[in-house]
Amino acid sequence: MSSYTAHFKVWRGDADGGGLQDFQVEVNDGEVVLDIIHRLQATQASDLAVRWNCKAGKCGSCSAEVNGHPRLMCMTRMSVFRRDETVTVTPMRTFPVIRDLVTDVSFNYTKAREVPAFVPPKGVAAGEYRMAQQDVERSQEFRKCIECFLCQNTCHVVRDHEENKEAFAGPRFLMRIAELDMHPLDAAEETGLNRAASAQEDHGLGYCNITKCCTDVCPENIHITDNALIPLKERAVDRKYDPLVWLGSKIRRRGQ
Amino acid sequence: MTNVERHAYDVVVVGAGGAGLRAAIEARERGMRTAVICKSLFGKAHTVMAEGGIAASMGNANEHDNWQVHFRDTMRGGKFLNHWRMAELHAKEAPDRVWELETWGALFDRTADGRISQRNFGGHEYPRLAHVGDRTGLELIRTLQQKIVSLQQEDHAETGDYEARLKVFQECTVTRILKDRDRVAGVFGYVRESGRLFVIDAPAVVLATGGIGKSFKVTSNSWEYTGDGHALALLAGAPLINMEFIQFHPTGMVWPPSVKGILVTESVRGDGGVLRNSEGERFMFGYVPDVFKEKYAQSEEEADGWYTDPDTHRRPPELLPRDEVARAINSEVKAGRGTPHGGVFLDVSTRLSAEEIKRRLPSMHHQFKELADVDITAEAMEVGPTCHYMMGGVDVEPDTAAARGVPGLFAAGEVAGGMHGSNRLGGNSLSDLLVFGRRAGLFAAEYAAGLGPDSRASATAEQVDAAAAEVLRPFGAAEGAGTGSGGDGSGAAAENPYTLHQELQQVMNDLVGIIRRGPEMEQAMERLTGLRERSRQVGVEGHRQFNPGWHLAMDLRNMLLVSECVARAALERTESRGGHTRDDHPDMDRLWRKVNLVCELAAEPPAEDAGAPAVTLRRRPMDPIRPDLLALFERDELLKYLTDEELDA
Ligand SMILES: Cc1cc2nc3c(=O)[nH]c(=O)nc-3n(C[C@H](O)[C@H](O)[C@H](O)COP(=O)(O)OP(=O)(O)OC[C@H]3O[C@@H](n4cnc5c(N)ncnc54)[C@H](O)[C@@H]3O)c2cc1C
Ligand code: SF4
Ligand code: SF4
Ligand code: FES
Repeated sequence: MSSYTAHFKVWRGDADGGGLQDFQVEVNDGEVVLDIIHRLQATQASDLAVRWNCKAGKCGSCSAEVNGHPRLMCMTRMSVFRRDETVTVTPMRTFPVIRDLVTDVSFNYTKAREVPAFVPPKGVAAGEYRMAQQDVERSQEFRKCIECFLCQNTCHVVRDHEENKEAFAGPRFLMRIAELDMHPLDAAEETGLNRAASAQEDHGLGYCNITKCCTDVCPENIHITDNALIPLKERAVDRKYDPLVWLGSKIRRRGQ
Repeated sequence: MTNVERHAYDVVVVGAGGAGLRAAIEARERGMRTAVICKSLFGKAHTVMAEGGIAASMGNANEHDNWQVHFRDTMRGGKFLNHWRMAELHAKEAPDRVWELETWGALFDRTADGRISQRNFGGHEYPRLAHVGDRTGLELIRTLQQKIVSLQQEDHAETGDYEARLKVFQECTVTRILKDRDRVAGVFGYVRESGRLFVIDAPAVVLATGGIGKSFKVTSNSWEYTGDGHALALLAGAPLINMEFIQFHPTGMVWPPSVKGILVTESVRGDGGVLRNSEGERFMFGYVPDVFKEKYAQSEEEADGWYTDPDTHRRPPELLPRDEVARAINSEVKAGRGTPHGGVFLDVSTRLSAEEIKRRLPSMHHQFKELADVDITAEAMEVGPTCHYMMGGVDVEPDTAAARGVPGLFAAGEVAGGMHGSNRLGGNSLSDLLVFGRRAGLFAAEYAAGLGPDSRASATAEQVDAAAAEVLRPFGAAEGAGTGSGGDGSGAAAENPYTLHQELQQVMNDLVGIIRRGPEMEQAMERLTGLRERSRQVGVEGHRQFNPGWHLAMDLRNMLLVSECVARAALERTESRGGHTRDDHPDMDRLWRKVNLVCELAAEPPAEDAGAPAVTLRRRPMDPIRPDLLALFERDELLKYLTDEELDA
């Protein structure tokens, strides 16, 4: 096994400000950036703040920016860097810093709450749900989301425009709307909720100009833009401007 | 009194994994104002990492399955040390708990006729595990999380406040259960982000804090698994049982070193993966124990036939319960037939096409590619045992999940003991979380409602002050060290919490690990006492805001306490059973089956000595198994586990 000493720059500070701090630190075969942060905690900076849980890309806790790229620290191998390369680790930029690499991600929990929940179909008892695999697959892709919030951090609509945070749910939660909209048994329509139209009107889908930056950073490789956002936009447009669809949905609802 | 935030709720749930969230949903639906507290962000609890599936005898894949078969498998897996009533409730209620998730929006993989698909797993007679690829835990926790959000949306529509009846306090750590005489009065803790201290007054507290794996060096568990709930219960006066039984999962990653211990799901074997040693031999055929001889294939041919025709073939020995497979791998490596990195080979590439593997095991494919440069669709993985699951836990009433001896305290999920006996079957944890999470929430709600507002008490100022002093002490130790007097006034230099933690992990791994010996465990007891002494001098740098060194210093108390329970109980039980293997007592002993080892706190020490509580151990006879449940087994099989007198009684 071979080890070497790497040069790290880690952002340290809190809401009142801070800056990059230099470290020389040992790196061993097969290690990831999160291992190095842990080594710093154990040997040089015991109070260095960082979030993590699974260390296997499953929980979405360890999001940060490594050399400016939004990444999971536990899935970023040290072998992708040259040995003489300085590795710079900074907190996600879109969310307010709490301390060091830990940011205040409450924005995301607020947005999650604003998306109306799954509406179970009336008259179908638990145990009686029947759905074909091919029909659940589209929503299943979106349910792979580990809520790392890297897409939320990356989307320029909020990354560079604090003022848009109020009106824009962000890719993760627009995708949640798409997921429910594509759920084979969701009965929102029967309660008078048109999910696609509401994405447009209430959750800021219109701000998205399909740059796909969210898709690029998703560690689960979910095709957020192509499979969720674009179809949602199409449906929103259809539902809004197609009077027949509108009429049809009214009649169907009245018949129930 | 120390400056603390103070809240009041009807029911407090400590833990936001599957068990905690299910309990909170139930308590809130029963009309209780409910608080959930968790150490991580909402949605990140350990449950999110569960991979393979959730066991429930829905009979979708094989119509012969039913609760009786599931019950039998569970008792066999636990070598009959399970509390039979818990195993019965679990087997009966699991299907309803899974179906209920669908009404909350869960999307499981489907069968051809549109029902929930079920896969094979070790120890389960029929395909029984509902799953979503190999990310079932994520689906479970997200569904429960979204159900909580939907309840909050209802409350918002009604009151204008999302948190009117159900609030999640995320990134908060509970350090003490508060009491009013013998009864629960609330919890004490700190906010990780700010370091502020808080009290929640509540007559009913549900512990759902998960396991203890972080006391071991090689583990599949995350930093959260420091045995907090186990320790909180002990400190509150509740007993723990079965603490000697720890499940070492047979297949953890062994290379590279930084990922050693990370889990490789059992679904790999359930879906056809085979184990081979460095000589290419499929060695599991040599390790089928007598009690399971009739149920497992004797040849490769028979085993391979089972995947397509399970009715006329017996199952492959790779699908023995986990304790058996873990010991077999351990023996192969010890005998010099291990892989270059000290494991054995697990290969699924010869059974399934690359496409099938990517569809059925996507996160394993991803994990090996990203972390180990191994393509599991083309080559074998290297795997070895890793500390995975704690069978032991809070001694609860089977029906109500109430902790014995402390009114108002409940426990569910991995922190509760009894359900799994000496060894848990894969998939039986996620179902356990839902079945007993719901029951804990239900009975906590009933208990709280039954008390009425007048008979509620809150903890005394002295209790709160003592809890605060305990939490703040490591800062004093760090300062004290500089001026020549330690936190306890003894003048010793401050100890680094990371160093103590590493030493503890080494001790448990080496001396109380997968294969145990009397003298080594005696040595472990001594080392643990030494670590406990030193932990009193633990000191931390910096301030209280999101300070991981401080957080670890707090968790150390719990890990040390729980490790002592494990070592003491393991030393006492002079037999081998399930997750407890004694090199010096290799056989299973029917007399020991009738005995639970119960751990209790010796005597509550004063707050200044809170680093050093000690544990006592006593033997308690098991409740005799109900006759109609015994009748589900053949007498010949029962004789392997139960004494003749028990059977003839
Ligand atoms: C990698 C892996 C894969 C697994 N796969 C499967 C599987 O396929 N099928 C299966 O059935 N089982 C599986 N298991 C086991 C199963 O996932 C766990 O046993 C189960 O999720 C535990 O759930 P829980 O609700 O008891 O606790 P957890 O989900 O661990 O939640 C514990 C909660 O308690 C909180 N907490 C702890 N201490 C405190 C404190 N002091 N103060 C406040 N909050 C606290 C934590 O923050 C967390 O929210 C797997 C386990 C692992 C590690
Ligand atoms: S595609 Fe839309 S949501 Fe995604 S980053 Fe671009 S603007 Fe944001
Ligand atoms: S969609 Fe992808 S990037 Fe966005 S939160 Fe989910 S996992 Fe992370
Ligand atoms: S620690 Fe869980 S995703 Fe990185």
